[in-house]
Amino acid sequence: MSAENIISSKNLCFSYEQGKEILKEINIDIKRGEFTALLGHNGSGKSTFARLTNAILVPTKGSMNVFGMDTSDEGKLYDIRQNVGMVFQNPDNQIVAAVVEEDVAFGLENTGVPPAEIRERVDEALKAVGMYEYRDHSPGMLSGGQKQRIAIAGIIAMRPECIVLDEPTAMLDPAGRKDVMRTIRMLGERYGITVVLITHYMDEAVRADRVIVIDEGKPILDGTPKQVFSHVDILKKTGLDVPQVTELVHKLNRYGFDLDPQILTEEECAAALAFVLKEGKS
Amino acid sequence: MLKDITIDQYFPGKSIVHRLDARFKIIITMIFIVMIFAADTIWSLMTGIAFMLLSYALTALKPSLMVKSLKPVVPVLVITAVLNMFFFEGEEIFRFAFISITDEGVKNAVFMLLRVVSLIVGSSVLTYTTSPVELTGAMEKLLSPLKIFKFPVHELAMMMTISLRFIPTLIEETEKIISAQKARGADFENGSLKERAAAIVPVLVPLFISAFRRAEELALAMECRCYRGGEGRTRMKQLKTGPADIASLVVSFFFLAAVFFIDRKMK
Repeated sequence: MSAENIISSKNLCFSYEQGKEILKEINIDIKRGEFTALLGHNGSGKSTFARLTNAILVPTKGSMNVFGMDTSDEGKLYDIRQNVGMVFQNPDNQIVAAVVEEDVAFGLENTGVPPAEIRERVDEALKAVGMYEYRDHSPGMLSGGQKQRIAIAGIIAMRPECIVLDEPTAMLDPAGRKDVMRTIRMLGERYGITVVLITHYMDEAVRADRVIVIDEGKPILDGTPKQVFSHVDILKKTGLDVPQVTELVHKLNRYGFDLDPQILTEEECAAALAFVLKEGKS
Repeated sequence: MLKDITIDQYFPGKSIVHRLDARFKIIITMIFIVMIFAADTIWSLMTGIAFMLLSYALTALKPSLMVKSLKPVVPVLVITAVLNMFFFEGEEIFRFAFISITDEGVKNAVFMLLRVVSLIVGSSVLTYTTSPVELTGAMEKLLSPLKIFKFPVHELAMMMTISLRFIPTLIEETEKIISAQKARGADFENGSLKERAAAIVPVLVPLFISAFRRAEELALAMECRCYRGGEGRTRMKQLKTGPADIASLVVSFFFLAAVFFIDRKMK
């Protein structure tokens, strides 16, 4: 396998009850090494999509292929879960053991890795998320952001090809969010892990390589952050915010300015505004 | 107030007691319990207590922790001691109206007090120095012969690990709920016993609901991390038996023998 699609859904439909489809005919392909952000408001089906990627749920219609394995194939269940790690929203409810390093070891113990190798991989994973000094602490003493980094370490230790994070920062304070986001970006940069980040924070999605917006069970926008966030009206209609900078540019353009609607960062915006101001004077 | 509970709390360290094989620590704790309950005379009981103090000293933990482990059980201690004082036949040494205190009663009260205190301190030596995962791992190993009778040993150990992990979380949550209900005017301190018991219901209901929700999420997270029961599972921390383990076991048997020997001599 080279730079191909590692997660690939074909005409995927999912419903918890008959007649009420949460996801409708979804075709999403995610490439190896890509950092994808999945955006959508509550109940849009984005978390459901995440759970379909590691066979916690299986499609009611259509198919979901992960690393060439069909998630409906029960024999492949643990191969799939080993390759697609998942981190959830509530840091408290995903830590199993009462000591940090033992929790990080949990997944490896489950898959029957020899003890010496577990030790090595646990230490490496804890160092990667910057929590090595806390290895013999009780998770109860840690902050939310630290707990979430422990949860990420538990997944890194399993050396998956792909990590799906389901709103990992929703319950954190700003400092914790920053730490966790830094850790998430490191996953791709240092380990080449494919990251799927489910979020409703625009500033997190801006950092992704690709943004997919899901609304009412269907992807409505798909592209680079610049492309997606330039559709301010569509985003607003689905109840989503846009990054502040994008909104400013959008409003100015409505008053007759001609700014690039794909501006995303504050620096770009400042430069563009400075340019406009200078032009206006001359 | 709830946070004072130190039962099952682990204090990481590098002492010899910390490094002992958890299986041996459990067996030694059981030997110790036999010791203090078999002891019939004050001298043999003192031998048992000496053993406990020795082990505690070897943990290199602060002595104040010993007191801390006793704090939540003070009412139980007082009641046991007082009851023991009144209900033993013997020579009367004090009388007030119908209450009579006998020398046997006092002796029994002191004995019971010392036994319960050493039981708690002795078992906290185990829980203070052994991480819960090690502890349940050791129990799993010790109980593994029961697997022949289809006894769910691994499941039991996993349940214990999870409950130990969630005790602090749920305590914290209980405190939050209590504060929230107080803020809405709930009264936990006043009223008859019945009224106070009824005031607990609005605390328990949300606590249970949240515990079930947590359980569901945790189960999901465990599944995502490939959990599939005890079969084919390995452990990062292998239990290794070394000379120190054998030596400490021998020492505890020596103390046990001493307790029995002293009892026979003194009678």
